[in-house]
Amino acid sequence: MPTRLTLKDHLFESRLVMQRAIVLLVIAGFLCLTLFSRLLYLQVIAHEHYTTLSENNRVKLQPIPPNRGLIYDRNGILMAENLPSYRLEITPEQIVDMAVTLDALSAIIDIRPSDRMRFEQLVKRKPRFEAIPLLFHLSDEEVARFSVNRHRFPGVDITAGLARHYPLGQLAVHAIGYVGRIDEQALKDLDSSNYRGTTHSGKIGIEKTYESLLHGKVGLQQVETTAQGRVLRVLNRMAPESGRNLYLTLDSRVQRAAEAAFGDFSGSAIAIDPQNGHILAFVSLPTYDPNLFVNGIDYAAYAALKDNDHQPLFNRALRGQYPPGSTIKPFMGLAGLEQGVSTPHSKTYCPGFYTLPGKERKYRDWKRTGHGTVNLETAITQSCDVYFYDLALSLGIDNIHDYLEHFGFGRATGIDIVGELSGLLPSREWKRRRHDQPWFPGETIITGIGQGFFLVTPIQLAIAAAALANGGHILQPNIVYADQAANTSALVPYPSRLLENITISDQHHWDDVIEAMVGVVHGPRGTARAIGADSPYRIAGKTGTAQVYGLKQEEKYNAAEIDEKLRDHALFIAFAPVEQPRIAVAVIVENGGGGGSVAAPIARKIMDAYLLGKKP
Amino acid sequence: MNIAIGRHHEDASKRGWQYRLHLDAPLLFTLIGVCAYGLIVLYSAGGGSIEIVERQIVRLGIAFTGMFFVAQVPPRLLLRLTPWAFVTGVLFLLAVLIAGETSGGAQRWLDLYVVRFQPSEIMKLAVPMMIACYLADSRLPPNRWQLLASALMIAVPVLMIAKQPDLGTALLIASSGFFVVFLAGLQWRLLAFFSVLVAAAMPVIWHFMHDYQRQRVITLLNPESDPLGSGYHIIQSKIAIGSGGLFGKGWLNGTQSQLDFLPERSTDFIFAVLGEEFGFLGILLLFAFYAIIVVRSMMIAIQAQDTFTRLLAGSLSMTFCVYFIVNTGMVTGLLPVVGLPLPMISFGGTSIVTMMAGFGILMSIQTHRKLLAT
Repeated sequence: MPTRLTLKDHLFESRLVMQRAIVLLVIAGFLCLTLFSRLLYLQVIAHEHYTTLSENNRVKLQPIPPNRGLIYDRNGILMAENLPSYRLEITPEQIVDMAVTLDALSAIIDIRPSDRMRFEQLVKRKPRFEAIPLLFHLSDEEVARFSVNRHRFPGVDITAGLARHYPLGQLAVHAIGYVGRIDEQALKDLDSSNYRGTTHSGKIGIEKTYESLLHGKVGLQQVETTAQGRVLRVLNRMAPESGRNLYLTLDSRVQRAAEAAFGDFSGSAIAIDPQNGHILAFVSLPTYDPNLFVNGIDYAAYAALKDNDHQPLFNRALRGQYPPGSTIKPFMGLAGLEQGVSTPHSKTYCPGFYTLPGKERKYRDWKRTGHGTVNLETAITQSCDVYFYDLALSLGIDNIHDYLEHFGFGRATGIDIVGELSGLLPSREWKRRRHDQPWFPGETIITGIGQGFFLVTPIQLAIAAAALANGGHILQPNIVYADQAANTSALVPYPSRLLENITISDQHHWDDVIEAMVGVVHGPRGTARAIGADSPYRIAGKTGTAQVYGLKQEEKYNAAEIDEKLRDHALFIAFAPVEQPRIAVAVIVENGGGGGSVAAPIARKIMDAYLLGKKP
Repeated sequence: MNIAIGRHHEDASKRGWQYRLHLDAPLLFTLIGVCAYGLIVLYSAGGGSIEIVERQIVRLGIAFTGMFFVAQVPPRLLLRLTPWAFVTGVLFLLAVLIAGETSGGAQRWLDLYVVRFQPSEIMKLAVPMMIACYLADSRLPPNRWQLLASALMIAVPVLMIAKQPDLGTALLIASSGFFVVFLAGLQWRLLAFFSVLVAAAMPVIWHFMHDYQRQRVITLLNPESDPLGSGYHIIQSKIAIGSGGLFGKGWLNGTQSQLDFLPERSTDFIFAVLGEEFGFLGILLLFAFYAIIVVRSMMIAIQAQDTFTRLLAGSLSMTFCVYFIVNTGMVTGLLPVVGLPLPMISFGGTSIVTMMAGFGILMSIQTHRKLLAT
């Protein structure tokens, strides 16, 4: 009965398989329930948590750097601007063979080995989808040459950005300064959250002093990104706040005239408005091109600047400390009058030298034959040393120190450019402290003609000259007179600051000294009469000559240059017009020789440029 | 023979077009439904590209055509072909191990100059067919020798595939073979014994695993240990599913999926896209489709008229079950990432063709029944 048997088996097997199938279905159902509870947990219970994670995943904050404020001179001439600058960028993920691409690129655009090295290092550090700059500041020609060949270079692009540019180049570089790439040192001083996205910050000069105003406030945008960080769209944007524009007190015309007037000489000149302390010209020569520093100066160019014997990077106007020489004489004369030690008519006989009572040593006058009998006026116009030796001795170092201190000597003027030095106004107390030595009378004598320990900076000398011009007001020098929010026309002026009023016991004393200074320029025997002869306005001035040792440089002994290096510094201070002074000037020409022949003509050109609007 | 055929035709005409075309309506329409649903998800997972959808439609067309032709093959012919299919499959696997093409670090492909294919796909059907054929030949439940022989017939292709290495497919084939044996009445005592044996063998298996396979297990146990490396898949897919919530973020609006945070989002991890954009309800809909498919397949198995078709149908439907449970389990972080696609939804692969061929077999079993007892 095989058929029956099979049939019976068939029923049994059918039931067996059905049972087993149900068991499996139950197990599958149980597994599905497990899955459902898992899904309920993920999608309902922990939904919030995962929503947060998902938001964090896709939305990133990106900084938008603000546009840096512009810098104008007092006439609205642009001195620092932001120019579009073209960069060549490569996105590594789109490049098949980087070496081949770079080689092909260098056939059309010059790629320096240093650029290539820097780029290759960046490639290793940055994500592959990020465009990495290979070259900065492409020239128009380079842009054109690349554009023609662009189809050959997928993944290579030219992008435009803004880069700081100084259209006037070297002009007033020591005042304006420059910006440079933010390095680790700079990062410490900057607010890192505000500088997210910013690549450059002010390194020296106004760019540094006013960094916080010029920089502005960073903007932010919320962007949706892919997992690789590629930006897809902007969700939310908080615009950056551009930096404020600065209006300088500098007059670029006067500045240019001043810098040109020096010729090949090194030195410094400050022109200042004695009514408000506005700096009209701020010269330190030689200068250099700040544009070199914006995107990192190359080593050779930097070494050339640094090793230059004339030290172009040195800010002489603020940090150059020179003996004032005879330019101190008007102040000494005033000291004598105001302290009651001398009168305008006190006479001194000048035999060409001076000796301390009972001493052998002769203190020579610059004029070996002597000036004969001199009073204050002739002593200033002819710059007689002996008169001031005698006056200094009569005053004593303490009186000299105390009186000259009022004019701002020996302390920083507080100009709004960083790095100013304070000069040195010697005193008994200072010498004890500094050298642990008593003060000697001989040192008083040479202090009387601005030699010895006495050191001034050009800016100090200019402030003191301005004080003579304005009747004793010591002003804080000011190089920015207003700022301005971007895209507005309203200027926010900066107030002038009066630091000190010098008390005048008798106005005649001042008039006499100033009259004597007028004699220096306009008198028949004045030391600067060469510049007074054809002057359409009246100038009060004083020449000076300083023996070289003030500028402490690590000079190498160089026989060929020794003569020039040992030459005296030529100085000149002046203000004009005498009746209503509008400009006060201090000029120091390093190794220039005579104050009257070298420094005074420079001062005249500066004053002409300002008062007469003469072009250099 | 002639009579039989005539009767068959008569029956077919009585029972309508399903029998004429050898198709099963509930199964067919559910499959079409789930594939359509899959195309909608795939469009979004592909980043809104119609191209990927078109390519998938072509594949589905091939798969459904294949299913149709397989459904025409009567089970008896299938039974006769089974040993040949199995032996050919093993030979192909051998060829792969010796001369296969390497792709993505695994040796799975065989280039026959005309077509490039994975022999392991044949085995997905050949193994359960072979075991069912072998066990149906004698009385159920199988005795020990039959069990041992079955185990061998499962183990040989599974180990060869695991060696390629393709752990997901090996696991799938092993379970399809196991289902046949289980349905055939594997004794509970023996099952318990083997379970203990497998548990004991775990350390040995661990020893033979590839590094990346071990890494997957470690990652499963603690995905946060390497959030940007091997744990990244699981963490991102959990975020996608979890942030989808009950109703989802909406079609094409899944941020995880659209913004590339989700890896392999159109293939193995497409379930996370579905979970993110359509939420819990969307998943429920998918599971409803799957449940209908599984239940209908099981009904076909139970209604089948001989042991071979019964065992085969049961195994095929349960294997389908394993497919989506393993895939969803791995995407939700319950199981290690073994690289199995979500059936009917994931993009690509020959697997969809094989799977539809399996449904073709089920339909053939259902529609070639003879009205015996009635």
